[in-house]
Amino acid sequence: MRALTWHGKHNVQVDTVPDPQIVNPRDAIIKITATAICGSDLHLYDSMIPGMSNGDILGHEFMGVVEEVGPANTTLKRGDRVVVPFVIACGKCFFCDHKMPAACDNSNPAEKADASEIAYGYAMTGAFGYSHLTGGYAGGQAEYARVPYSDYGPIKIPDGIEDERVLFLSDIFPTGWMAAENAQIQPGDTVAIWGCGPVGLFAIKSAILQDAGRVIAIDHHPRRLELARRNGAEVLNYHEVKVREALMEMTAGIGPDSCIDAVGMEAHGFSPDNIVDAIKQETKILGTDRPHVLRETIMAVRKGGTVSVPGVYGGFADKWPIGAFMEKGLTLKTGQTHVQNYLPQLLQLILDGKIDTTDLISHRLPLEQAAEGYKNFKENQNEWTKVVLKPG
Amino acid sequence: MSSPDPISTDADVASPAFIDKDNVEGGHAAASIRAAMINRPRQELYAFWRDFTNLPSFTENVTEVEILDAKRSQWTIAGPGGMDVDLVSEITEDIVGERIAWRSTEGSDVDHEGWIAFKDNPFGRGTEVRIFISYDPPAGAIGKVVAKVMQREPRIQARRELRRFKQLMETGEVSTSKAPDAAPRANRHF
Repeated sequence: MRALTWHGKHNVQVDTVPDPQIVNPRDAIIKITATAICGSDLHLYDSMIPGMSNGDILGHEFMGVVEEVGPANTTLKRGDRVVVPFVIACGKCFFCDHKMPAACDNSNPAEKADASEIAYGYAMTGAFGYSHLTGGYAGGQAEYARVPYSDYGPIKIPDGIEDERVLFLSDIFPTGWMAAENAQIQPGDTVAIWGCGPVGLFAIKSAILQDAGRVIAIDHHPRRLELARRNGAEVLNYHEVKVREALMEMTAGIGPDSCIDAVGMEAHGFSPDNIVDAIKQETKILGTDRPHVLRETIMAVRKGGTVSVPGVYGGFADKWPIGAFMEKGLTLKTGQTHVQNYLPQLLQLILDGKIDTTDLISHRLPLEQAAEGYKNFKENQNEWTKVVLKPG
Repeated sequence: MSSPDPISTDADVASPAFIDKDNVEGGHAAASIRAAMINRPRQELYAFWRDFTNLPSFTENVTEVEILDAKRSQWTIAGPGGMDVDLVSEITEDIVGERIAWRSTEGSDVDHEGWIAFKDNPFGRGTEVRIFISYDPPAGAIGKVVAKVMQREPRIQARRELRRFKQLMETGEVSTSKAPDAAPRANRHF
């Protein structure tokens, strides 16, 4: 089959690779009908994530039709149309039992789990197409994918709704939703969101659905700011204003009740701390992340407020304002998305017409042009807001 | 039981966590203890492990186990390049539902000792499983093969085997991202 594979920094290409097969009894093989490039894929593209091998298949946002099921899966059958969560979870361990599938104990194969146990203290959960740290599973920017524990993760999609409207259930819609939940929004709250990429946009949509009174969105790309505005946010362009001063003024001196960092480890920006971080990041694997946005959220949020971090971080951060965090009495909530928990509720929102899940899509390409999609998603962030790929 | 050098910690198992001890119990050169919480009843876990013919279904290296008599079994451990390592294991302790200990007998290719203990977690989280693996690789060529097949050190082996045991017991599968021809043997037993 054809698949998008990684070959080093800024080097991805569509290769012909072996088709996946059923290996374990709960597996299913999905014939993929739509998939997307994620902002976190760009960390792989930039070679920021360790544990990549030449030829690894990328992609963790995908959906399609069940082609084959293993003997122990009694939930799915051939022909079912499903969206697949990017997190692989067994449904049987302590964490899955306690509504934390993104912390599943069992999905990361034993020989791969060592690496993240050493890096983080405990092994990370398995995920699709995101380096050997998360188990080395082949990703979904391909024609087919093997889905482990397929009786627990994938959600069936009814007929009569186009792929694009449900595709983002795989990752970015639940991620934005959980980011808003993690912000602990009370009705009427002011929520400031850094990053108007796809996750930021879904966080804006979600914050409003979760009764925020006011959403202020921060970015510098005009088209992304326009998308945020169209979704009900007031926008700040950090090339034009000093963000903290602006937020202080807009909230009459109190500060936003919660702040969401939907940017993560590769923050842009011209502050001295960010430049030092960028230099450090170039020189080390699993070295220093660039937490400029994280610092800013901690400084900008009101006393007693909440900082929610869906943005991806991998290593360590220098000069983290622990003093501000403690003295202001803040809460910080973060984590990879517990996708499985949210799917039924979020699918219902889509079916009820309560959320537009497609306005962020700027480009639709055949899978064969995926490399061009990556290059532009990284370099032309103003024009390219979200790329959907269709396998041939 | 009083100790000549009082310890100021409450941990009741001799483990690599202790700073001053660079080895765990037993006389072997290399040893490790590892613990895992497994969300299955204690008796079920004990019974599965007690039947040593189940070991190949989740361990990376033990490819075959043949029961010889009530206490002894022959284990084949696959080495690199098709070089197998054989040992005859003898059960030295068997407390039903709680603990199994075994050691290799004379004439085995490797001098190996292990135990596994099962304890109910007092807070209802499942069964606490602790495994102890140790060995003295013999010197020479076979020693290097043994070290390699036993994943270079018992610490890695204990960690990985216990992880796979937990996966198999909780989910019915050993998780893998490899293709069928490269996947662990466990995945072909259905």
